[in-house]
Amino acid sequence: MPVLIPRSLDVAVEMASSHPDAHILAGGTDLMVEVNFNHRKPETVLALRHVDELRGWTIDAATRTVHIGSAVPFSEMEHGALSEALPALAEAARTVGSPQIRAAGTIGGNLGTCSPAGDSLPVLAAMEATVHLRSTSGERAMPFAEFMTGPKRNARRGDEIITGVSMPIADGWQGYAKVGVRNAMVISVASACLALQSTGPRLALGSVGPVIIRCHDAEALVADRPGAVDAALAAEFGRLAAAASSPIDDHRSTAAYRRHAVSVLAGRLLQRGTARP
Amino acid sequence: MNEHYTLRVNGVERDVCDSWIGESLLYVLRERLDLPGAKGACEQGECGSCTVFVDGAAVCSCLVLAASAVDAEIATVEGLNPDGTLTDVQEAFVREGAVQCGFCTPGLVMAVHHLLDAEPEPSDLQVKEALSGNICRCTGYGRIFAAVDAVIARRRDAAR
Repeated sequence: MPVLIPRSLDVAVEMASSHPDAHILAGGTDLMVEVNFNHRKPETVLALRHVDELRGWTIDAATRTVHIGSAVPFSEMEHGALSEALPALAEAARTVGSPQIRAAGTIGGNLGTCSPAGDSLPVLAAMEATVHLRSTSGERAMPFAEFMTGPKRNARRGDEIITGVSMPIADGWQGYAKVGVRNAMVISVASACLALQSTGPRLALGSVGPVIIRCHDAEALVADRPGAVDAALAAEFGRLAAAASSPIDDHRSTAAYRRHAVSVLAGRLLQRGTARP
Repeated sequence: MNEHYTLRVNGVERDVCDSWIGESLLYVLRERLDLPGAKGACEQGECGSCTVFVDGAAVCSCLVLAASAVDAEIATVEGLNPDGTLTDVQEAFVREGAVQCGFCTPGLVMAVHHLLDAEPEPSDLQVKEALSGNICRCTGYGRIFAAVDAVIARRRDAAR
């Protein structure tokens, strides 16, 4: 039986255990492109469409934590309570593909694919999210920074299902910015998430390195500077962000342009986040 | 290995036999179920000409693994008005000249129905956003937006 369609998480985990080489299918927006272009010929597919436990999200007011099931589509993050708890994730979700792609594509798919251009990933890095995995031997949780190990590489074992991701509710301004060739329907050339959490500023960059890059030097520059940021400080913040990046030339852009773009995005986010009406 | 499964398309159970595991819903609709309304162009979710509804969500059928879409309500452009008459959206497309080569039209019609069913009075920005995943290389979109406006106005009048 090559297409496995579990109806519960327990069954999904058992199927993953007995078929560790199966391609895990969430929304299909990554895997099906590869299949359509004959880049992949899957032998076994484990489709998570009918695993209801993965399709929910919760906001726990007591622990101030958001948990998002891996099969929650981006369209659900754009509006409503989830977007209020994590405004940067909502902004990132709105930049994913088109309405059709956002209705299908999931946060678990972004994690499973682990492309450096995955739109939600800089938010997870900035919010120091925890990735939750499950196998027949139990649950495993790890920081996102440890989960993503390289371009399209992660720490998931073949027998594990990504069940979701959890992170703190935003307790300060946060924003997401992305550069692409046009406004809709683009894979990012460079992206950035800035979260001004009460514990300190956190900046993460996408599409400018093999993994999502945290910028500790830039964060330290503004850690103890409340209030408005002038252009010189924003430029220095951007310069440190660019220095932390390690982009490459590829079919989507050049390393030089990505370095420039990410410095502008970081500086712009800092000015946006510190501008008080 | 060959796949056998049943899809529920436009309210009808349809058997799919001897298919390859990797076939997209678009391929199965067009080549196996004789429903060629959804069009295939980019095969990577960029053009929207294959838009169908799966459990009420407008998605690109080229990115849905057909064999995984069992137990889902699939609706295609053929099912909008099963008697073959034009819907108000299709009529507005004709009347406003929103169709040139016509290749993108079924996907756009599905996207417009999906938008207006959820939001009967969308802003111009909401319309543009809702149609941002449907590419038309002929019209320049002006007449498509005019058709959407015409449907909104007609439905508003009908509700009065």
